[in-house]
Amino acid sequence: MTSKNRLIEIRWHGRGGQGAVTSAELVAQAAISEGKYAQAFPSFGPERRGAPVLAFVRISSQEPIRIRAEIAQPDIVVVLDPRLLSIVNVLSGLKENGIVVINTRKSLEDTEAQFKTKCKLAKVDATSIAREILGIPITNTTMIGALVRATGVVDLESLVEPLNRRFGRLAERNINAMRKAYEETQVKEWGSDQARG
Amino acid sequence: MAKRVGIEVSLAIAEAAKLARADVVAAYPITPQTHIVEHLAKLVADGEMDTQYIPVESEHSAMSACLGASAAGARTFTATAGQGLELMHEVMYVASSMQLPVVMTVVNRALSAPLSVWGDHSDVMAVRDTGWIQIFAENGQETVDNVLCAFRIGEDRRVLLPVMIHLDGFYLSHVIEPVLFPEQSQVDKFIPPYQHPMPLHPDRPVTMGAFGPPIIYAETKKAQEVNLEASKEVILQCWDEFGKTFKRYYSPVESYHSEKAKVLLLTMGSFGETAMTAIDKMRGEGREVGLIRLRLWRPFPFKEIRQAVKNAEALIVLDRALSFGGPGGPVCSEIKAALYGEDKKPKVIGFVGGLGGRDITPAGFEEIINRGIEISQKGSENEFEIFGVRE
Repeated sequence: MTSKNRLIEIRWHGRGGQGAVTSAELVAQAAISEGKYAQAFPSFGPERRGAPVLAFVRISSQEPIRIRAEIAQPDIVVVLDPRLLSIVNVLSGLKENGIVVINTRKSLEDTEAQFKTKCKLAKVDATSIAREILGIPITNTTMIGALVRATGVVDLESLVEPLNRRFGRLAERNINAMRKAYEETQVKEWGSDQARG
Repeated sequence: MAKRVGIEVSLAIAEAAKLARADVVAAYPITPQTHIVEHLAKLVADGEMDTQYIPVESEHSAMSACLGASAAGARTFTATAGQGLELMHEVMYVASSMQLPVVMTVVNRALSAPLSVWGDHSDVMAVRDTGWIQIFAENGQETVDNVLCAFRIGEDRRVLLPVMIHLDGFYLSHVIEPVLFPEQSQVDKFIPPYQHPMPLHPDRPVTMGAFGPPIIYAETKKAQEVNLEASKEVILQCWDEFGKTFKRYYSPVESYHSEKAKVLLLTMGSFGETAMTAIDKMRGEGREVGLIRLRLWRPFPFKEIRQAVKNAEALIVLDRALSFGGPGGPVCSEIKAALYGEDKKPKVIGFVGGLGGRDITPAGFEEIINRGIEISQKGSENEFEIFGVRE
């Protein structure tokens, strides 16, 4: 995430009803409010509640984004539900030195052991945070905090207005959950040539 | 000051209809409809838009209600997509032949069967000959801008024709991206009030859509054709004025590094943006390739197309619809027809791709261009090829 000009591609893994699409939208809106170019869109299909779904975000600091296709080789992968790991290959196409941001109760070391690739790993127990602050295990806004902590793709404060607009009276709790996840996210570099990129 | 916001393109279109002060919206809200009419319904219900919103029982009725509203002198907007557009079909001819300037955004989708709500141009091509002005947008900004232009063009006294603004299903309709919205005062200045010269009114009876026996029918159709052809001048004037006001410029045929390119790719709709990325890469490698994007589909810009491609050796046309049992893609056949009588013209190579929401990546466009060049040199037994199809 060092080059300012570069196109950054983020793929979200969630389940229908978990709000992956909303997260993607909010992050794109935050980036656009910072004067950047951004795109957010869902994977297009007959989504059912509980079924694995994808959402995508592209962010470019200076150049308009001229690509209209799903993201097959993301720079960043965000996983809203740890149980997806046994169903979906969330690392599919992840660029070398890419970043995985995952919601899990497991320790960083145990999570790391699951992945056998050169990626930077960030983890947070978003489900517990969401249960505590929102009262429901919906982790989409919480995981935005983890994404921002691990990658800095947007400023955390840029998300406040999009969340306010989106959630109205529920916004404050979502913002608090996002902030708490930002604080609690643990990040670990992984692989041998982590200095690249 | 224009406002830059991150917004789903469908919602942005509803906001554009609001800025244009549409008097009447008639729409059918069920799949394959999009958030466009959902957001319009909300804007009206919330009192943010002074509009008569008519929910109807089908797309056929939606277009019928639009005819009545427009005939009574109301600025009329609707939106549809895919199968919904097909159900409107017969009523669409009435809008154009009765000179009712309804503005409609069409979220371009594939047609059943198999059931598909994904994007391609099958729905568009089925309404090609309905007599509407048809403009393609490549991104959210272009969609919003051209919705505003559509009211000004269609309602112009010299035109009085319905206008379709096409945008790719999902690739544009469901994407959040930055859009600049002009001020209400700028839009009010840009789009003068709609005044149909002879609107339906109880005090001043007029006949619309009367019998057309053989003695008059051909003349009405000639007049309709002349009128649609002549609308191009007004479209050009509108885009010129739009450019001066808002600093964003539109043309019937738009070029991208095409001036000295030996090989040209031609696209219509949002795939043009992805194609540009491929063109950038190939040019970076020293390849003499360029891109032509067809924005104005009806009236067809013969002169501009001939001018844009005349120096190329090969013109590779990508269609996102199939004319079954015919010459391949509808856009490619029209391009071939437009160039047939020219002395100096490129070889035209047709591809069909991106059907039913199949992505074409920048690498895919490179493949299409390379294969197109191969066909232009070695020839092919096929009229066209379907890109990326598994056989």
